[in-house]
Amino acid sequence: MRDAEPLIEAMADQLRELLAARDIAEPVLVGIYTGGVWIAERLRQSLGITAPLGHLDVSFYRDDFSRIGVHRQVRPSELPFDVEGRHLVLVDDVLNTGRTVRAALNGLFDYGRPASVLLAVLVDRGGRELPIEAHVVGARLNLPVDQQVQLTGPELLRLVIQQTG
Amino acid sequence: MSATHFQLDRRGRLLHFLTIEGLTRDHLIDILDTAESLHGVAERRVKKLPTLHGKTVVNLFFEASTRTRTTFELAAKRLSADVLTLNIATSSAVKGESLLDTLRNIEAMQCDMFVVRHEQSGAAEFIARHVKPHIAVLNAGDGRHAHPTQAMLDVFTIRRHKPDFANLQVAIVGDILHSRVARSLIHALNILGAGEIRVIAPRTLLPVQVENLGVRVFHRPRDGLRDVDVIVMLRLQKERMEGALLPSEQEFFHCYGLTEERLALAKPDVLVMHPGPINRGVEIDSRVADGPRSVILEQVTNGIAVRMAVMSITLGNHARPAGETA
Amino acid sequence: MHILIQGGRVIDPAHQFDAVTDLYVAVGRIAGLGQPPAGFKAEQVIDARGRVVCPGLIDLCARPREPGLEHKATIASETRAAAASGITTLICPPDTDPVIDEPAVVELIRRRAEAAGYARVLALGALTHRLRGERLAEMAALQEAGCVGVSDGGRPVANARVLRRALEYAATFGLTVFLTPLDPELSSGLAHEGPVATRLGLSGIPAAAETGVIARDLELIRDIGVRVHFGRLSCARSVELVARARAEGLPVTADVAVHHLHLTENDLVGFDSRCHVRPPLRGLRDRDALRSGLASGALIALCSDHQPHEPDAKQAPFGDTESGISGLDTLLALSLRLVRDGDLPLPALIERLTAGPARVLGLDHGHLGIGAPADVCVFDPDADWLATTLRSRGQNSPFIGWELPGRVTHTLLEGQIVHAACG
Repeated sequence: MRDAEPLIEAMADQLRELLAARDIAEPVLVGIYTGGVWIAERLRQSLGITAPLGHLDVSFYRDDFSRIGVHRQVRPSELPFDVEGRHLVLVDDVLNTGRTVRAALNGLFDYGRPASVLLAVLVDRGGRELPIEAHVVGARLNLPVDQQVQLTGPELLRLVIQQTG
Repeated sequence: MSATHFQLDRRGRLLHFLTIEGLTRDHLIDILDTAESLHGVAERRVKKLPTLHGKTVVNLFFEASTRTRTTFELAAKRLSADVLTLNIATSSAVKGESLLDTLRNIEAMQCDMFVVRHEQSGAAEFIARHVKPHIAVLNAGDGRHAHPTQAMLDVFTIRRHKPDFANLQVAIVGDILHSRVARSLIHALNILGAGEIRVIAPRTLLPVQVENLGVRVFHRPRDGLRDVDVIVMLRLQKERMEGALLPSEQEFFHCYGLTEERLALAKPDVLVMHPGPINRGVEIDSRVADGPRSVILEQVTNGIAVRMAVMSITLGNHARPAGETA
Repeated sequence: MHILIQGGRVIDPAHQFDAVTDLYVAVGRIAGLGQPPAGFKAEQVIDARGRVVCPGLIDLCARPREPGLEHKATIASETRAAAASGITTLICPPDTDPVIDEPAVVELIRRRAEAAGYARVLALGALTHRLRGERLAEMAALQEAGCVGVSDGGRPVANARVLRRALEYAATFGLTVFLTPLDPELSSGLAHEGPVATRLGLSGIPAAAETGVIARDLELIRDIGVRVHFGRLSCARSVELVARARAEGLPVTADVAVHHLHLTENDLVGFDSRCHVRPPLRGLRDRDALRSGLASGALIALCSDHQPHEPDAKQAPFGDTESGISGLDTLLALSLRLVRDGDLPLPALIERLTAGPARVLGLDHGHLGIGAPADVCVFDPDADWLATTLRSRGQNSPFIGWELPGRVTHTLLEGQIVHAACG
């Protein structure tokens, strides 16, 4: 069990630097349900971004429909801005195989053509199965396959590591 | 095996979508929530999701219908499925191969889903019982029996405006006897716990002992429409005059047509609905059909999201091996 | 051939006989009961201990589908199934193809049945030419050719004037008229007009489609004095109408198909096409009233309404299937269920399957009197069996999978053993 707030502060610092370096004045944050949304909310406040937050549901873009069917936690995506030509920051809680981010990118591109997409994650736990890397990382954890890391919230954000199966 | 449970697998998941009867509240809410997520797809630049990419959906329409067929086609295409449409004539003059032979031939083309519309009650269930186990069957209307996707898009539409079903008074007006839309909607509203469901029709258009379906019977709109939250007008077909069920369309409109006067009997925020296509001046006055209370066009839009939801859920359940959890 | 049927419970309702004793068969006839006739030497002994010995069953309505519908069944296949189920006489309605409106067809049926040799098939002649309900059929010629009555063959005459004339004409020759009590227009539906049809969305056939026709026909019978038999009642009210008419002394009888005593509209759940029958399966009240009517004798006979079909006829959505149940195999067993359920005693039940039908036909059949043709059924009333594959060519029965009572061990037709169960 670990308090995630300090990690999010660290992310905010990294992101601030990165945006300045790339000369991005009006970025838009898009959080992936559910943990990514909580983190994106905190980042938005920290960075004083005025543009509304985007919420992205990737259920219908997952590559495991044939094995798992429709995911239970389905809820509507809300992107209250025009994606076309914007600089987006995609935010998620845990980066593992990279498949969720791949699905999120496909989803985003069905809304429009962004100018660029940066990836910010709270935890990079390794185990990549696709060529995906994050620009901003709160913490790197090297976990064995039979352990899972989860973000709990929404009030107090905490990281929980559990043995699976 | 009971009719209505045939569409569920051992663990109560939807494998086919044949009838609302026998489904639980959870089943319906699941479909409604999924449809809610899919609703926004139509407003995006790319009106597609990759979910059913690689799947083949066959529209088997034994009864002609442009409107329902096109919404199912659109729903399948928006999920990136391949769609095949077969219009099979059923007039005895043209009767060729038996229904079972038709099914076998299409199965040989490696399909994943059949969307079926047929003039005989029970046809969708018959087809579901005779196709290979991996194929999902969606009922797009079988005789007078059921039209479950229509019922779902109707309650989806209602929920978007009036989510409190417990206090809802719904009136269904017109040819209940021949209506699969009415039967499915009555089941859906009862399962969702609707306050009261009323049917309003002359005696010739009411099925025997219809109260057993969980409705209150009225013969005059001036009694039945009082204070209702939702009015669903059913389509009146021309054949009803020939069958000596009604004297004329004029008399039907005079006694049952939804005019502005009759509309005023209902609650001020009443929803006016119709499964379409509407017969202006027969079931409904143009001013009401095009008026501020009408959500008829919304129903059409919602129909696509609802059908996308049902397709995703049933095909998804077929894909899942039993024993795997979500 | 001298046959001794030994030690069985002999039930002969026509003679009010019910006792454990020996039955003697010689030269194709009943030769003795209890005591062997003079000079009797048993060439074959059938051990009937623990069994019931009764007259061969007479099925008032069974369609062997020949001539014309041989893809469904034949006289040979169906009489064989009948024999295995203790049925020695089948009454065949005239809706064959060609219709039984010519002596040649009567002759064809008789010869085919004789050639097969399993059961007697008696024909009902057509009431109208080609059963079209317009012109009269040549009823006198049909009677001379051997028809035991005339019938509308399941196609009720729509024109009341034609019907009245047909009844009068039949009465001229003392012919019993077998009528199907269904109004053609009101009976255009698929199921009983009730809550199940409402739920399933199937077009309904109201009770009045049957009771209205019976009421009207009773008035015609009152005027004309013709003997009429109503085939296959399905409504409680119909039983009342017939009982009242009989009490008044009208020459009317009625039967019920055994499946109507077991199944109701509730069995239609799942759109089971095996339950697609005409008249339709009705409500619980109707089923119970039919059972009471059978017990009281208001309904004089029980029949199978045997309608074998090829598989395709039932493999389609409900409304696209043909109606009818393949009933020969299960007639006796389903009837015995009624005895087990306490609806009526065994001798009364056997009367409804033997002497009752014989009375309707006006024939000296269906009994074990000395000198009568030796049509005998021997069965074990306590042997239960599982209905799997039917002997009939038609497998269209909703009773497949049921555990049923009563196994026929031997059937004799005119003194010949036409069925003997193995093991």
